[in-house]
Amino acid sequence: MEIPENVKKRLSIPAEEHFYAGHTACQGCGASLGLRYVLKAYGKKTIFAIPACCSTIIAGPWPYSALDANLFHTAFETTGAVISGIEAALKAKGYKVKGEDGIMVVGWAGDGGTADIGLQALSGFLERGHDAVYIMYDNEAYMNTGIQRSGSTPYGAWTTNTPGGKEHFLEKRHKKKVIDIVIAHEIPYAATASVAYPEDFIRKLKKAQKTPGPSFIQLFAPCPTGWRSPTDKSIELARLAVQTAYFPLFEYENGKYKINMPSTKKDPKPIEEFLKLQGRFKYMTKEDIDILQQWVLHEWEKLKKLAEIFG
Amino acid sequence: MEYKPIRKVVSGNYAAAYAAKHARVEVVAAYPITPQTSIIEKIAEFIANGEVENLQYVAVESEHSAMAACIGASAAGARAFTATSAQGLALMHEMLHWASGARLPIVMVDVNRAMAPPWSVWDDQTDSLAQRDTGWMQFYAENNQEVYDGVLMAFKVAETVNLPAMVVESAFILSHTYDIVEMIPQELVDEFLPPRKPLYTLTDFDNPVSVGALGTPADYYEFRYKIEKAMEKARKVIKEVGKEFGEMFGRDYSQMIELYRTDDADFVFMGMGSLMGTVKQAVDILREEGYKVGAAKVRWFRPFPKDELYELAKNVEGIAVLDRNFSFGQEGILFNEAKGVLYNTDARPIIKNYIVGLGGRDFTVSDVKKIAENMKAVIEKGELDVEVDWYHLKR
Repeated sequence: MEIPENVKKRLSIPAEEHFYAGHTACQGCGASLGLRYVLKAYGKKTIFAIPACCSTIIAGPWPYSALDANLFHTAFETTGAVISGIEAALKAKGYKVKGEDGIMVVGWAGDGGTADIGLQALSGFLERGHDAVYIMYDNEAYMNTGIQRSGSTPYGAWTTNTPGGKEHFLEKRHKKKVIDIVIAHEIPYAATASVAYPEDFIRKLKKAQKTPGPSFIQLFAPCPTGWRSPTDKSIELARLAVQTAYFPLFEYENGKYKINMPSTKKDPKPIEEFLKLQGRFKYMTKEDIDILQQWVLHEWEKLKKLAEIFG
Repeated sequence: MEYKPIRKVVSGNYAAAYAAKHARVEVVAAYPITPQTSIIEKIAEFIANGEVENLQYVAVESEHSAMAACIGASAAGARAFTATSAQGLALMHEMLHWASGARLPIVMVDVNRAMAPPWSVWDDQTDSLAQRDTGWMQFYAENNQEVYDGVLMAFKVAETVNLPAMVVESAFILSHTYDIVEMIPQELVDEFLPPRKPLYTLTDFDNPVSVGALGTPADYYEFRYKIEKAMEKARKVIKEVGKEFGEMFGRDYSQMIELYRTDDADFVFMGMGSLMGTVKQAVDILREEGYKVGAAKVRWFRPFPKDELYELAKNVEGIAVLDRNFSFGQEGILFNEAKGVLYNTDARPIIKNYIVGLGGRDFTVSDVKKIAENMKAVIEKGELDVEVDWYHLKR
């Protein structure tokens, strides 16, 4: 449907679609929304590298593609390295890379492919300073292989290899803070984002585009299949993750931290509000919820201090 | 332009680096590993001295990422090059499949080195031969000249058939040994090897491509078949490119197996890489001593030179296959391949496997002479003493 010009002007998000209907994501998939927004922000002058993950499937089997952009499917642990190579080639051939009218090289990988097996290549990419954007879509487990824990899986979550049972659940480690590892590389731009706040996400994508050097965005992307949550609750869950400070939205720009609205508007909501909508947390006892709540608030205080001192 | 070679005294590794430079590679992604390091150091030096244009050097964090970055670069249309050795090549293994599957003509130099443990940095072909089934072409260089020539030819062949190629040289025996190499003036290299024309590009935004997507059982099979068709095509292309190289620069590579004094030979020594230089010298000495022997140097291991081997086997009584490698639970890898080719033919010379030089164990002219005596006895008796002879074993 053609969107009238006067309506277009009122839209804060580009109206153009470069992510086609007919993709093969599950209902309520946060990752597919994320892909759609990335393409809205960057348009078709984009080269994606996607490793083994849900998005391999979402993009579609040969000879189909749901993406109106160039896409190179790569091996699980190589996203950081492949986008480095693509960027190097574009530069050798004299293309403009990044910036308003440059080619956007985008690594799009899940939390398993980023926090775990791909961490080394991510680190190399960040350290070398390539002009590309790495987006980690975080659904907090290996969803494509059937919901196994990743380094990004939170404390207390059920997964198929951290099942809950009569004794206890097996996931006793808190979520790995990949964004902190990324910031330790002192890159020019890193941010968290959520599919519940698309304007904020697109603004961050645009900022990443304008900032020379490597950029990183950790995108919170609910997965109803793996989270055992209703398919119509994904946006609500993503919003609650922000409102409970479980997944606060912030930016790190040239050494400065900035917490983004609405993370700072009010005191965080209790973590139960986020947990209770999901079957994956059903094994948690009151004590477990307290442990997670304490961790969330502790991390939130840390972030607020960072924003205060390095704001 | 008349061809006047530029003679330089260089190591095998520097020969590789100069060849990459002359091939006008656009992206080099590499990780240091002994004894490959001086290849990438030399390339870094070319950049530092402003001797190359439009060359991006990506100092990656592992060999796995080296190949991944080359794959990204090659998919984006660049001429990509890397070099590695042994453990590093093993770490790359997964990505070697990705390069051939995505039909990317990356060229890599592998400095043949023994696999650990025990730790070893010396010559052994098991590292590269363990990559046999990855869909990469493999060229084995006898000397530094062949390293240089091999890299230039490998690019041309790879970019014609859209498959990656490996140029293999011996650790230290070639990588760190200096010898005269005839290099080709840049203008003539450019004539021989024009800029790459990619099979597909990630930079056409009006016609986007999706490379390496999920292949269902309905289509995967055909993708594999097409790789094999490319390998078959490579047999022809290798000969043509080798012939063209000979016509332009005087060194003919039109034969996938180089034959040395085999015309009237009773039996031949067959092998790959630097050890064949020793063998050729031994053949000359043995000829003077009355042995009718020759040497058959397998230049290209993948695609395997089936027809040439068959022709050779028809005319000799025996083949002594010298393997500086081993496939545990079976035998030397070249021996295994050669026997496999000959089974369904009517050429059935006696074929015996000598395992030599593993982990850099010295392999000399006198070793070849001893093997010749043994092979002669085997042929006279008409039966094998042992099929696989661990020749150097301390008993």
